[in-house]
Amino acid sequence: MNVSKKKHKHVIHINNVSNYLKLTISVLVMLMVVTSCKSDASNNSETALDMYQCPMQCEGDKTYDEAGSCPVCNMDLKQVETASKDIETDEISEESIFNLTSEWHTEEGNKIQLEDLKGKTLVMVMIYTSCKAACPRLVADMRHIEAQIPVENIKNVQFALISIDPNTDTPERLKAFAIENAMDGEQWTFLQGTESGVREFANVLSVKYKEISPIDFSHSNIISVFNPAGELKHQQEGLGVDNKETIEAILQLTQY
Amino acid sequence: MKTKVFSLFIMCLVVQSLMFGQTKDMVLIEGSRYIPLYGRDSTVVEVKDFNMDIYPVSTEEYKQFLKENPKWRKSKVVSLFADKSYLTNWKTDLEPKDSIHLNSPVNYVSWFAAKAYCECQNKRLPTIDEWEYVAMADETTKDARVKPSYNAQILAWYEAPRTKENRIGETPKNAWGVYDLHGLVWEWTLDFNSVLITGESRKDVDKDSNLFCGSAAVNATDLMNYAAFMRYAIRGSLKAKYSMKNLGFRCVQDIKKENK
Repeated sequence: MNVSKKKHKHVIHINNVSNYLKLTISVLVMLMVVTSCKSDASNNSETALDMYQCPMQCEGDKTYDEAGSCPVCNMDLKQVETASKDIETDEISEESIFNLTSEWHTEEGNKIQLEDLKGKTLVMVMIYTSCKAACPRLVADMRHIEAQIPVENIKNVQFALISIDPNTDTPERLKAFAIENAMDGEQWTFLQGTESGVREFANVLSVKYKEISPIDFSHSNIISVFNPAGELKHQQEGLGVDNKETIEAILQLTQY
Repeated sequence: MKTKVFSLFIMCLVVQSLMFGQTKDMVLIEGSRYIPLYGRDSTVVEVKDFNMDIYPVSTEEYKQFLKENPKWRKSKVVSLFADKSYLTNWKTDLEPKDSIHLNSPVNYVSWFAAKAYCECQNKRLPTIDEWEYVAMADETTKDARVKPSYNAQILAWYEAPRTKENRIGETPKNAWGVYDLHGLVWEWTLDFNSVLITGESRKDVDKDSNLFCGSAAVNATDLMNYAAFMRYAIRGSLKAKYSMKNLGFRCVQDIKKENK
């Protein structure tokens, strides 16, 4: 009786061990998969596909993969060659901020990467909404700059305000801030990132910042202008400085 | 049979502890509160428990990283993330110059590269507060800043030429069991760009005060700690894509709660 019990125990033990082994091995395999760093091999999977569209756009924006005729008006389909498509398939240059792959939330609650802002001239500044000292002046500078840009240029400009306090500045809070400051138009975007994403982005802009209390940050006051490909073109440093050069840089970039 | 099973079991344990323990070449740093040279409100900062690499990253380890991550090789690296001097002491993408010893700390790396290296290993760069916290220790005391010998020793290193060519692990380990925080290379920190001192920090020129919001709150606490001043000054002058011959890095890791 005693002996069989012992044996039984032993069997269970072996079973346990083999289970344990399986588990360990599978975990090991999984770990290897997880820890091997992402390479960029999968980046270029999209090959340039030709697209065809009815020249009269009978079916709106509908496109076809091959040549043929429009089912509505029977005209020959034309190959689509829109500029925006070209920009999308263009490779990102080395200096472009679109090399950053961090994820951001907009004030509308959308999840984006910086690359999603491609195609427009970008005017960016880092602020935080609970700031009482410099940020209101920075925000005022941004509004002043925006007001100086003619309406026909505005549609090619995106003004982005990036929070350096991602824990406090949720999309909801940023939205409220946008409404409060009359900056809720299409041309304004507010971004909430992760702590490391914000740190990385600040480093790209050469912006320095430090949390000095739970609601207060020291930070550099820099407004940066990027061309539609995400390359830094102009930086304005300081508060209450003349915005003229920044405005000129934006005007130059938005003259097509 | 029983011994076989037992030895297998032990092997698994060993393998597991190697894989999961992540204490290999790292030591536990018990967090605490301390007053750094520049802190939040210029007072006490809190450092949580974390693991720290006991050595800075070596040229050999960095070479391995480059093998696995082609995009950080000097011919491939994007100029947004590294300036022209990145790995300038390497003759090819994967081979450092003959004069570089593989067991010397890697240098000429940008902040972006150092950050990527650590993230690849599920680690991260230490914050300034964490780095300075561990660096307060000498060989016997965890906060040796009051000892006159502490500053003298570090400053002696700052005066010694070409220490970057030394090998890793030759300086005495400090009270935490960490090597080479002083005496080899400067090291990147995660939030180096939180140092808000400009090139011209004497306040007779007021021009720069416009650049920073609330900069009056960022004051030094220990004016005698000249060595720390130099470190903060270096950090304040860096940009993330810079690479310098006397600047390397090491990684740290947060303590996961389930390990406890």
